[in-house]
Amino acid sequence: MLQEKLYNYLLHLGDNSMILGQRLGELCGHGPELETDIALTNISLDLFGQVRNYFQAAAQLKGGDATEDSIAMLRYEHEYRNTYLVEQPNEDFAHVIARQFFFDVYHQLVLRELMKSKNETLVAIANKSIKEVDYHVDFSSTWIKRLGDGTEVSHAKMQTAVDTLWRYSMELFKATDTEIWAAESGVGADLDKLKPIYLERVSALLEEATLQLPENTVFQYGAKTGMHSENMGFILAEFQYMQRAYPNMKW
Amino acid sequence: MNKEWPIWEIFIRSKNGLEHRHCGSLHAADEEMAIQNARDVYTRRQEGVSIWVVESKHITASNPKKNGELFEPAADKVYRHPTFYDLPDEIKHM
Amino acid sequence: MENKTLSLDEQFQNRIDNGDNIEAKDWMPEKYRKTHIRQISQHGHSEIIGMLPEGNWITRTPTLRRKVALLAKVQDEAGHGLYLYSAAETLGISREELNEQLNSGRAKYSSIFNYPTVSWADMGAVGWLVDGAAIINQVMLTKTSYGPYARAMVRICKEESFHQRQGYEIMLSLCNGTEVQKAMAQDALNRWWWPSMMMFGPRDEDSPNTEQSMKWKIKKKTNDELRQQFVDQTVPQAEILGITIPDKDLKWNEERGHYDFGVIDWEEFWNVVKGNGLMNDKRLKDRNEAWDEGKWVRDAASAYADKQATKRAKKTA
Repeated sequence: MLQEKLYNYLLHLGDNSMILGQRLGELCGHGPELETDIALTNISLDLFGQVRNYFQAAAQLKGGDATEDSIAMLRYEHEYRNTYLVEQPNEDFAHVIARQFFFDVYHQLVLRELMKSKNETLVAIANKSIKEVDYHVDFSSTWIKRLGDGTEVSHAKMQTAVDTLWRYSMELFKATDTEIWAAESGVGADLDKLKPIYLERVSALLEEATLQLPENTVFQYGAKTGMHSENMGFILAEFQYMQRAYPNMKW
Repeated sequence: MNKEWPIWEIFIRSKNGLEHRHCGSLHAADEEMAIQNARDVYTRRQEGVSIWVVESKHITASNPKKNGELFEPAADKVYRHPTFYDLPDEIKHM
Repeated sequence: MENKTLSLDEQFQNRIDNGDNIEAKDWMPEKYRKTHIRQISQHGHSEIIGMLPEGNWITRTPTLRRKVALLAKVQDEAGHGLYLYSAAETLGISREELNEQLNSGRAKYSSIFNYPTVSWADMGAVGWLVDGAAIINQVMLTKTSYGPYARAMVRICKEESFHQRQGYEIMLSLCNGTEVQKAMAQDALNRWWWPSMMMFGPRDEDSPNTEQSMKWKIKKKTNDELRQQFVDQTVPQAEILGITIPDKDLKWNEERGHYDFGVIDWEEFWNVVKGNGLMNDKRLKDRNEAWDEGKWVRDAASAYADKQATKRAKKTA
């Protein structure tokens, strides 16, 4: 029972990194400048590295034939625990950066909590990942400022991206049963506690970037409990393609 | 606007105790981006512990046409090297 | 002394013959500069375009381990493009111009990237064969006379050492796998073998620039010599995999100490060079889109940098 809860919590953590890493992977070779292309791929690589750590731990908990890959690729759509935010498409570079920034600030806060987790595996993964994610926050923050306070065109595009994606941000903090268990048992992060810090950090940075959070946002919730957007099926169609088309083989 | 990001020269210290060495160049809009790009481009395989970035236009280079007058006069100043001086073999550590 | 009777061109050639490297600010014949700009930029373009056929499979890798390896590899190619563009820029061409030449279709890049990657096994075959062929060329170029180019090649060769192994390991997994996987591997070898052979360029007798390139040490071996080296090293690797190179004339020649091989379809080669490969249009379209859609981003970063600089100047004033 305990193992199952921990397993589910690992899915929450891993799925966000995985789907975001997959989205960034789509961009490889298509960035606005070579240097930026390389930087985004680095973030994708960091995220997939984390995913492998989470899912190797999850595979041990699950036992049997489970591997990092069976956990990553052989679930049905409604069994994935990532948020709406990370499954949003690479509409343009402003959307890529806004999505990244909204996630990075959350990710950093959660990892800092996991560094104090009662679960040693999570502590180890968090200690390694936090250095990567500190850099992700730096990277996306500076780009938010460049685009927000760059040209008129970039300001408008950045504001549109913020307006579009903000509605998916609060799902990050709406705890599922698993996340409530994790917070109460000292294994995971207490999302209620992190939310005000998140709001403060995001607003401060957006202000510096001459951008505004939209007012009266109707927030979207549901992906974390398995009700994904239409994007998710297509993401998985590619992500799972080989495992589904050629089952039970070694690669 | 049609302005390309300027070129920066990148210097990496591979570990503490060693000097920074030139490892290449890249484009970046400002120094902050130059550091970030240098980190992402030139230290992907743990090549460094410290980065210097200098916008290329700020580097003054010696003129290769003057290589004769700049560098060749040093060739016959053999007295600057320890081997110029004859000492008896019994003297150690000098 | 003697030097005074030699022309600049002759002095320059003497330096190269003596193993001296030429650096960016040194005097050089205009033809040397132009040839190097062309060759280094084509090499850079090949790396950049080369990201696309493999990038095509990043979202569809069969495992997470394969995904990080492929991401890292394609990312390296961006890095290598960047090193090469930087080397070209030391000769007086700008990044903007390099992009413009590539995107307009005026510049050439390696034709191999105009073939499609249609199965996962292609990631194996490309790494094994295409990178294998590229490495042969690139190792030679670490000794080329132009310093910035040679240094870029040293760095690239160091980083590329995992690329070919990555590809061969994919092939190995497939060939040790099920019948379906093995067939996938064979099919990939069938499609990539001849294009890889063409990567070394036309036969020596049809390659008029070879002599000049040899003088400047852009080349130390001829196209045909390099191609032979590739065949000789690859045949035993295919035997270990247990798949068959699609050349019925391929056989060991005891007398020469090399493998003999069949005739390359040069008509196909020139067709793809001229832009008639399956993927030529798509590759250029992708690059153009990335560049055009990136313009507002690059402009914004420049504008932001200017604003920040002005702010700092005001503070100190």
